[in-house]
Amino acid sequence: MELIPMEYYLVVSSIMFFAGIYGFITRKNLIAVLISVELVLTSTDINFAVFNRFLFPGHLEGMFFTLFSIGISAAETAVAIAIIINIYRNIKNVEVRNLKKLKD
Amino acid sequence: MQDAILLKIVFYFLAAAIAVFSVMAVTTRRILRAATYLLFVLFATAGLYFFLNYSFLGAVQLMVYAGGVIILYVFSILLTSTDKESPSPLFSLRRWIAMIASIGGICLVAFLVLTNVWPEVHAPATDEVNMKLIGHTLMGTEKGQYLLPFELMSVLLLACMVGGILIARKRS
Repeated sequence: MELIPMEYYLVVSSIMFFAGIYGFITRKNLIAVLISVELVLTSTDINFAVFNRFLFPGHLEGMFFTLFSIGISAAETAVAIAIIINIYRNIKNVEVRNLKKLKD
Repeated sequence: MQDAILLKIVFYFLAAAIAVFSVMAVTTRRILRAATYLLFVLFATAGLYFFLNYSFLGAVQLMVYAGGVIILYVFSILLTSTDKESPSPLFSLRRWIAMIASIGGICLVAFLVLTNVWPEVHAPATDEVNMKLIGHTLMGTEKGQYLLPFELMSVLLLACMVGGILIARKRS
C-alpha cells in the first residue's frame, strides 16, 4: 500500500522550515521572530515522526524525540516571552533595532 | 479504492494548509494575525500526526501548542500592545536576500530529497502505537527506554518556570 510517498512529507516540512528562516531574517518584532523559530522547530518534529514511521517502523525513537522536542520548545517559549516582557518594560517596545541593552 | 482517494484528499489538504499558512504567518504585517496563522499551521501538523497514526503525538501537539503556547503568544502580544510592525520598505535588500536564500534552500532540499535513494522504505503501519507500550517506554530504565530524559524534562520545566517568574517579575 504505497499511498503517499515519504518524500512528499519531507517537501512539506522543508517548505515550513524555510518559511521560518525567511521570517527569522526579515521580521522586526521580537514576537514575530519567535513565531518563525516555532515554525522551524515544528518542521523538524514532522521529520522525526515521518522518518520513524517510514524507515524504522518497529522502533519508537522518532516519536519520543518529537515528544521531548515539543516539551523543550514549550519551555523555550515561556522563557523567551518572559525576556520579551522584561525588554518591553525597559524600552517600551519590542522592535529588534531598538534593542541595545538588556539591563540598565 | 474509495478510501485511498479520500486519504489522498486529506493529505493534500493538510499539506496545502501547512504551506500556505506558514508562508502567510511570516509575511503578514499584523502580529496577531501571524499568531493565528501559526495556530492553523500547528493544527495541520497535528492532523499530519493523526494521519500517520500517531494519535498520542497529535493529541500532545494539540494540547501543548493550541492550549498553552498560542495562549502565551496572544497574551504577550496584547501585553506589549504592538499590533502593527513599524513600516519598512516592501522590497529592501535584506528582504531580497532572505527571499533568495529561502527559495534557493527549498529548491536544494527538495532536489536532494526527491533524488536521494533511501535505504529501505516500508509502507506505513496502519495500526496505532499501543498505549501500554508508550507508557512502558517512557517509564523504563532499560536500553531504548526513556525514564532519564523524562525526569530531565521535568527538571527543565521547573527551572524554566522559576526562571520565567524571576525574569518577568516587577523590580521594586
